[in-house]
Amino acid sequence: MILLRAIGLTLLLTMASLLPSQAAEADLRAGIAKFATATNFSATEAVVRELAASGDPAVERALSALADGNLYVRKTDSQIFVGKETGDGIDLLDPLSGEKAADAAKADLAKIKVNNGLRRIIRDALGTLTLRAKDPAVRLAAAATMFKTPDAANIEPLDGAIAAESDDAVKSMFEQARAASILVSDKPEADKLAAISVIAARGDRDALSLLTSVEANGQGAVRDAATGAIGRINSTLALWDAGQNIWYGISLGSVLLLAAIGLAITFGVMGVINMAHGEMVMLGAYTTFVVQQVIRTSFPGLFDWSLVIALPLAFLVAALVGLAIERGIIRFLYGRPLETLLATWGVSLVLQQAVRTIFGPTNQEVGNPSWMSGSFDVGQLAITWNRLWILAFALAVFAVLLYVMKRTPWGLQMRAVTANRRMAASMGIKTPWVDALTFALGSGIAGIAGVALSQIDNVSPNLGRGYIIDSFMVVVFGGVGNLWGTLVGAFSLGIVNKFLEPYAGAVLGKIVVLVLIILFIQKRPRGLFALKGRAVEA
Amino acid sequence: MRGNFSTITKIFSAGVIAAGLSMSAPAKAADDTIKVGILHSLSGTMAISETTLKDVMLMLIEEQNAKGGLLGKKLEPVVVDPASNWPLFAEKARELISKDKVAAVFGCWTSVSRKSVLPVFSELDNILFYPVQYEGEESERNVFYTGAAPNQQAIPAVDYLMSADGGSVKRWVLEGTDYVYPRTTNKILEAYLKSKGVPAEDIMVNYTPFGFSDWQTEVSAIKKFGLAGKKTAVVSTVNGDANVPFYKELGNQGIKAEDIPVMAFSVGEEELAGLDTGPLVGHLAAWNYFESVDTPQNKKFIDDWHKFIKNDKRTTNDPMEAHYIGFNMWVKAVEKAGTTDPDKVIDAMVGVSVPNLTGGYSTMMPNHHITKPVLIGEIQADGQFETVSQTPGLVMGDEWSDYLPDSKDLISDWRAPLHCGNFNVATGKCGGKGTN
Repeated sequence: MILLRAIGLTLLLTMASLLPSQAAEADLRAGIAKFATATNFSATEAVVRELAASGDPAVERALSALADGNLYVRKTDSQIFVGKETGDGIDLLDPLSGEKAADAAKADLAKIKVNNGLRRIIRDALGTLTLRAKDPAVRLAAAATMFKTPDAANIEPLDGAIAAESDDAVKSMFEQARAASILVSDKPEADKLAAISVIAARGDRDALSLLTSVEANGQGAVRDAATGAIGRINSTLALWDAGQNIWYGISLGSVLLLAAIGLAITFGVMGVINMAHGEMVMLGAYTTFVVQQVIRTSFPGLFDWSLVIALPLAFLVAALVGLAIERGIIRFLYGRPLETLLATWGVSLVLQQAVRTIFGPTNQEVGNPSWMSGSFDVGQLAITWNRLWILAFALAVFAVLLYVMKRTPWGLQMRAVTANRRMAASMGIKTPWVDALTFALGSGIAGIAGVALSQIDNVSPNLGRGYIIDSFMVVVFGGVGNLWGTLVGAFSLGIVNKFLEPYAGAVLGKIVVLVLIILFIQKRPRGLFALKGRAVEA
Repeated sequence: MRGNFSTITKIFSAGVIAAGLSMSAPAKAADDTIKVGILHSLSGTMAISETTLKDVMLMLIEEQNAKGGLLGKKLEPVVVDPASNWPLFAEKARELISKDKVAAVFGCWTSVSRKSVLPVFSELDNILFYPVQYEGEESERNVFYTGAAPNQQAIPAVDYLMSADGGSVKRWVLEGTDYVYPRTTNKILEAYLKSKGVPAEDIMVNYTPFGFSDWQTEVSAIKKFGLAGKKTAVVSTVNGDANVPFYKELGNQGIKAEDIPVMAFSVGEEELAGLDTGPLVGHLAAWNYFESVDTPQNKKFIDDWHKFIKNDKRTTNDPMEAHYIGFNMWVKAVEKAGTTDPDKVIDAMVGVSVPNLTGGYSTMMPNHHITKPVLIGEIQADGQFETVSQTPGLVMGDEWSDYLPDSKDLISDWRAPLHCGNFNVATGKCGGKGTN
């Protein structure tokens, strides 16, 4: 038995030594082992460059682990491993094969330090190494990196890759990367002119940035061609810029709408100046935090659903608190706006401090589910997923609310009470309960706004403060008592703000918007969409 | 009549005190303790940062008492809440000094709050320890600045970005919140960058309001500015709460630290705690202390902190280290002077040297600023910083910036015989005015 094994082993070893890849692997291992002795960034950089120069795609695992800060030296024997964090320790993977080799405690390992410069070098190196990768997305990323860091030495590998490429999108990206590399090489003018037209066809900011440097360094026909292309790209980009401002405006508008829509009910419909509105938003955000906390500790698999789970809970929490405020304080103060204002202000301080005492004064981390992270491009527009979802969500909330107000018996009663309280009471409507439920509805809506806002803002006790002024502005501007007014008000304020910001700056832009609203209110005291008829205050 | 009466009371009370002292018996509990004032907002906007500093002060005082107190007496913390309200800071400071008779005050965070209490401290002659990095252009007899001056944070940070290690940055975005610290710091940085030959068109300065949350336009402007073919970096003096949405937007719009690094002066471990730092790995911060610093002192400090606050997840940060240094300096100066009398302690403070948490010693200089190392750290996925660069020695705080025309001739020296916080070396007179 032992003999058999020994023979097998010898056989295996001889075969292994015969295989050329095996020898190359030993070289790579020796190269990777040098990380253990690299004591500073420039030494590590030298090792990275050496590995990259091997041209072997097998080094990719080690290099990308290094870039991610996951490459470790085991202190006992200076061996290099790729680390994968588990609950209490680290799984050690072989840097070439990726198979699990051992596990270790954190204290036994030393992380190989990286900085931005190293990450950049690794990214560039990986670009060249992964040109022939199996996954088209990786090839695309490689081409994009090479486009951004053009180098005359890239032309040759790119030529090969273009010939072998079957995917059209990747191929055209390769061609652009090749064109970029030609521009920095010493190829003849005709080649460069062709390259400029390839890049100009791309038409985005990266192309513009590349052509700007060509214009600065080039001469003669090349420079003229670059200048012409820059002019064309700039004029199309100006259009995209306007489009981008509109998108930013709409997305700011959707945030304003979300924050203001609950207030449109409590202030707009009921006429209660509710300074604690922002705190309802804050409670919604904290509910999200608590839900995520529970999910993280007990049901990690549900994380992507955390927001969906938080929505009804946030609505309930905020609505209940709203109900308590209405029953406990506000109902004694109807018709006394000044006292309501002061009392709700006091409530807002109490709620803030309560949250501060329970959760602590620091920001709480609310994670973005994967479907809300990152962005995608529409032409030259970068649209972030979280903003898009918030827009869709704001519109959905608005539609539901509109339906409740216009099409349900409860909505009818609400409108009846606000139009003429005594008449409504005479018709048998229990006005105190309608008041209480309306206030709870407004607060609950603010709560679900908090779920959405937790995705883009701090979850801290001060969260509500930032939105209260804007919310009142939207409701007053849109027209008190009119939901459509709130919608139009929110979006127009958002868009005006975003068009002013690039020219006036954020600080001045906000002031200008405020002045515009004041002037507008002078002209139309009841806002954009004034409620018609024998309504509201006598 | 009235005068007579008060004189009699004075004589009487003096007699009581004298009797109490001579008999060395505990006449009143208050005589047994040395009171230390803590002036940090526990409610309002700044509570997010300042509450931690109140807690760390309580911890330091508790530890000192466990070691036997100071001058044979126990220390007694007096905590007040100025509620992020700047005029209230002055009122509360007055209350601490006049009513509670504290021996020294540790407090303030924002520059506005510091400016608001300055007159109180010089009028009532007490001591303030100010633990936060600030814009400089100030040196007061009654204030000890244990946070960083611009040359202990901003200038070395920019130097790092200009170096080959930092990416040889050629184009600069100075992004800040609209108030005094970012405005003055950016003024100094702009002058500094220009003195290093950076042309005006390669510097973009932008300000946003406090608590700003919609960063889409600003971030895309940064992205656009960075595409001019030169290496670009953002130097951020964005304050407090506005940072989280700023970083979230950076992550979402895909600005990677390898392409456009953001160097922040107001983002520490505490701010990152509310954030998923995965997409931010590699963005930078400049401080004089990081929680990740590997020294025995720091390990002990963190352990003590976790034990005191009863929460293993709470982070430590730079202003906490500043209070640690400031408190130990005060203790040492009081021991040296043998009294808590502010006048004597102020004189004893200069030259006092205590260990900091990064493995060295910090010394109080005659300009009431301290010596500190400057660390540049990159954000890691676990919300900590990893030091990528450190000044070889300690940097001495320079209160009057050498890069601003108004203050380049000013120096400060609170020792005899100069006794001046704004001495103009060009005219040879005390009483120069800086940029603020």
